[in-house]
Amino acid sequence: MFANKLLTLAFGVLAAGLVSAAEVNVYSARSEELIKPALDRFTEETGIEVNLITESADALIRRIELEGVNSPADVLLTVDAGRLFRAEEAGILASVDSEVLRENIPAAYRHPEGKWFGLSLRSRVIMFDKSRVSADEIADYEDLADPKWKRQICIRSSGNIYNQSLLASMIEHRGEEATEAWAEGLVANLARRPQGGDRDQIRAVVAGQCKLAVANTYYLAGMINSGVAEDVAVAEQIGVLWPNQDDRGAHMNVSGAGMIKTSKNQDEARQLIEFLSGDFAQQWYSEVNNEYSVRADIPVSKTLQGFGTFKADTLNLEALGRHNAAAVRLADRAGWQ
Amino acid sequence: MGVGTRLRVNETRPRLLFQPWPLSLLGLSLLLATPIFVVFSSMFFPAGDIWTHLLDTVFARYVRNSLALMLGVSIGVLALGILPAWLVTNYRFPGSKIFEWALLLPLAIPAYIIAYTYTGMLDVAGPLQSSLREIFGWHYGEYWFPEIRSLGGAVAMLSLVFYPYVYLLARAAFAEQSGSVLEVARSLGSSRRAAFFRVALPLARPAIVVGLSIALMETLADYGTMQYFGLSTFTTGIYRTWNGLGSSVGAAQLSALLLGFVFILVSIENWSRKQSQFFNTGSRVHLGNAHKLTGGGLLVAYTACGLPVLFGFVVPFVQLVIWATITFDTVMSGDFAGYLLNSVSLAAVTSLLALTFALFIAYGRRLAPSFASSFAARILGLGYALPGTVVAIGVLLPFAWLDNRVSAFMLARFDLSTGLLLSGTAFILVFAYLVRFLPIAMNTVDAGLAKIRPSMDEAGHSLGLSSGKILRRVHMPMMRGSLVTALLLVFVDVLKELPATLLLRPFNFNTLAIRTYELANEERLADAAGPALAIVLASLIPVILLSRSLRQARRAPGEVSITQSMESNK
Amino acid sequence: MTLATLQLDKVSVHLGGQLIVDAVSFDVPAGHIACLLGASGCGKTTLLRAIAGFEPVSSGRVVLGGTEVSSSTGMLAIEKRRIGMVFQDHSLFPHLSVAENIGFGLDSLSKTARETRIEELASLLEIDNFLDTYPHRMSGGQQQRVAIARAMAPRPDVLLLDEPFSSLDVELRETLAREIRHVLKSEGITAILVSHNQFEAFAMADEIGVIKNGRLLQWDTAFNLYHKPASLAVADFIGEGVLIEGHRTAEHEVETELGIIDTRQIQGFNLPDCEDISLLLRPDDVFHDDESPIKAQIIEKAFRGAVFLYTLELASGKRVLSLAPSHHNHEVGEAMGIRLDVEHLVAFPKLPVV
Repeated sequence: MFANKLLTLAFGVLAAGLVSAAEVNVYSARSEELIKPALDRFTEETGIEVNLITESADALIRRIELEGVNSPADVLLTVDAGRLFRAEEAGILASVDSEVLRENIPAAYRHPEGKWFGLSLRSRVIMFDKSRVSADEIADYEDLADPKWKRQICIRSSGNIYNQSLLASMIEHRGEEATEAWAEGLVANLARRPQGGDRDQIRAVVAGQCKLAVANTYYLAGMINSGVAEDVAVAEQIGVLWPNQDDRGAHMNVSGAGMIKTSKNQDEARQLIEFLSGDFAQQWYSEVNNEYSVRADIPVSKTLQGFGTFKADTLNLEALGRHNAAAVRLADRAGWQ
Repeated sequence: MGVGTRLRVNETRPRLLFQPWPLSLLGLSLLLATPIFVVFSSMFFPAGDIWTHLLDTVFARYVRNSLALMLGVSIGVLALGILPAWLVTNYRFPGSKIFEWALLLPLAIPAYIIAYTYTGMLDVAGPLQSSLREIFGWHYGEYWFPEIRSLGGAVAMLSLVFYPYVYLLARAAFAEQSGSVLEVARSLGSSRRAAFFRVALPLARPAIVVGLSIALMETLADYGTMQYFGLSTFTTGIYRTWNGLGSSVGAAQLSALLLGFVFILVSIENWSRKQSQFFNTGSRVHLGNAHKLTGGGLLVAYTACGLPVLFGFVVPFVQLVIWATITFDTVMSGDFAGYLLNSVSLAAVTSLLALTFALFIAYGRRLAPSFASSFAARILGLGYALPGTVVAIGVLLPFAWLDNRVSAFMLARFDLSTGLLLSGTAFILVFAYLVRFLPIAMNTVDAGLAKIRPSMDEAGHSLGLSSGKILRRVHMPMMRGSLVTALLLVFVDVLKELPATLLLRPFNFNTLAIRTYELANEERLADAAGPALAIVLASLIPVILLSRSLRQARRAPGEVSITQSMESNK
Repeated sequence: MTLATLQLDKVSVHLGGQLIVDAVSFDVPAGHIACLLGASGCGKTTLLRAIAGFEPVSSGRVVLGGTEVSSSTGMLAIEKRRIGMVFQDHSLFPHLSVAENIGFGLDSLSKTARETRIEELASLLEIDNFLDTYPHRMSGGQQQRVAIARAMAPRPDVLLLDEPFSSLDVELRETLAREIRHVLKSEGITAILVSHNQFEAFAMADEIGVIKNGRLLQWDTAFNLYHKPASLAVADFIGEGVLIEGHRTAEHEVETELGIIDTRQIQGFNLPDCEDISLLLRPDDVFHDDESPIKAQIIEKAFRGAVFLYTLELASGKRVLSLAPSHHNHEVGEAMGIRLDVEHLVAFPKLPVV
């Protein structure tokens, strides 16, 4: 019976691959929970069915490479710029020529030839315990290496992509040597061996294990809106510091999308990416996920407004991808686990 | 006519060259071992300067941490698994029947889930430490508290969920020990305790080693817990090399190294098992009246049986329930019934196939033992230690290649592109599960088959049964307990499986494990509790069935006479 | 009168609420070999296990070497009883060599003393060539020798053997039984054997207790059990024989289908004081005699070397057994002349035979 069901399913998928109904196949590094509602809305508006697989971007890129010319993938969604760069390097992305996209997305957030498009922005900032640290004690990422913070900093593993991107941005701005020295200083200041996720760093600050944490803003926003009393209480204790406001600005990463070269539904793929840059999806990113829109005309969510306005780092996003491997090696050398 | 005559000549020659068993056995083994060969083949590709970098920086730590973890988990699972198995098989105390199956419950909890729940409770920001600080006015650093996200914590987490493998095999071994062997030891002046150490434990050693090796392979393959605890092991290193350093060749070579290490371990285990192989010389005799425990003995029994169940199941389960009630609205969000159905059907199909193949392979080796077949079996056995993602890539690579070849051929010949026939279907997913979990079924089935004396085969042949019929009518009824164990262990493992499912699944195909992982990965632990709880509950059913069938197998001993088992099949 | 090494005083054993052994009493003097004989399921093994301490007694007491070891109020731990146990399936420790098996119970001895004892027993039981071998490489008979050596090694007060020879083939069984008896006697070991095979019991034991339905029917020598069974049940169980009915015609005469028996020729025999009498006819009581007027039809015959054992059917349909020298070869179906030649006789008041 189960075998039957599976067979039906297998053939269903097979048939879906063969029959060309209006549909688009999405390989997404963004989890189902954080993309499905927008995709459903897209289907509602256009009548185009969306098929979805979620997995880490590297695995998806490898899958597309292995599937070759017959890959069913039409659109790749990632949650960081580095992976968009890596997909492009792997040669699996196609250029999309779209007036809508050029209009919606500022040039800084998209590939010059339209190989990929940034859709939302995520900032990585310094967070502190408001009762023990005042905002004027620290200004820049560079200060995290200052020995005065010995055993006072919590940050997650360098295996995490957001830390790798942060390192990559510093390599681009300050060079590899200076960045490695900084990483060594940071490691010396850690309150504990890197562990857990961003929320865990925030909680550790309030628990008193460290005074400063490095985390993405939407995690803090998520805690404020979680409805879990303990998390809300923790979040209220936390102050957000926007680093490097006097020079390059706070480190930003983008989540984005690209069309697959072997796509058999290129028109639908373009429509989907356009939809994701449109008003509804952009507002949805902002309201539900507490990310910053790539568009200046979309209002920032209430929770994010509470963190204040800031100057964002506008470096070429490709740099994040280009320096990714160097960043990881540097972290290995500096002993950042 | 000529052909017919020749055929008849062949028939009179028993078991020679072109027997179907060994050939198809080899074919099946090769097919299922493809992903493992893919991993090994990476050795022949250049990986640039990755190795210089790894050796200079992190490699030593990967090795050190992995070895420490294996050592710790070995001690943990042996300490947690053996004593309860001995107690429930040889003693009676109030609740002993309940412990008999309750001790299996932690099998139902995925390792990364138990890691999440304990971290939620015991972390510096968790409720326990927070209340301590509040009540006593302490600050962080002014009091000592064990760090849960540490090597020791990881050892504890993995030991708590993997000890049931040791318990399960040790219990079966103890239950099968001829009671009179223990009674002889007592009559020769050994106390119960001495009889345990001098007789029961050495006799159960081969079974315990099998349980331990399963637990260690699971440990090596674990990614979720290590990543969450921020511990660098071989497996997290493989991911880091692939994702972070962007070197898939380097990652594959690390995997090959891991496999080589496991291969050596498995070979040593095989060798030591062969050294100490003994058919039980006696038949199974009733255990007599199991000894009733009182006083201090009772305390020991409740501690030894109670603690693993309490910390391996009850505590994390209760924590999940608490979280799930907080987030009840989101628990039922998404296509919950669909996830459940997908999870259960995959588990059911895979476990049946794994059982069939394991039986086929084990029996084939019994019929025609050869170096090639035992080598093939050992290669197949490696899949269990591989991180799921590595298996998935190893499966995807040859299948996608095949699909593309077929499609190109069809296009050239008939102007019809067939696309990807197998990649991206449930077929390839089940295939990957088989590569990963067949070893656990093979281990269990092998152990069951080894206990059947060769004279049973001969008796069957003498009654005119073919090899296939002997398997069906003699062996299978006799080793029912082992078969059910294999079936259900694979079932539960598939329910919990994550990495291969993530990478290979078809479109719009979610399982409970994926749902749990995605929410937990978003650091929404409380929301992840709902699907996690569903995994636990879905696994509970087979775990309870397993313990029930084991008890029945014990009541009606495996050594059914050949005539009985034949009659019952008529 | 030697001191009894083992005494049982009205011992009863319950298993799962069921009465298995019912008020059994007997004494085994030091150095004697006793046998508990009975059909399977009669409770003999349970009784042995109760003596060993594996099962508790529900009433009565077991006294071993002067010490009470089991009663309804308590029992001495098995390992403290100084008993040796030999099982039907040998139960050798498969993970230990023969030498290690034999030395298992010799912890308290020094290394040299242990080795001396192991060698002594190995040569006694003729297994000295196997000391480094593992049990699964040995034949059943050899395994049983090891099991006995192992049990004897710590010089137990009593050796308990549970159907020790039943897994061996018939030939081996009797030679081994005689040999083991010789070994036990030479070591002066007190032993209790459990068996369902009377020939094994006859070959091994000084005294035999016949057990049925958990009760001890008779405790006696083999000769007495055969020739002076205390009850119909014992008579029926021990030896081959057939019960025929007789009618008392005079004080010393009983009439049967096979003629009138004058019991005065039988020394020290008195007929039971009743009219209807059951008589036990052993095969050696019924003689082949071509001259005899009493004829019986041959139903079956079994060649036993020197003699044939004939199963004969009388006119009434009653069957009897007869041993005849094998040169008197008759065919099945033939009629054969027989007569009674009774030098000993076992008779009981007639009972409804079950």
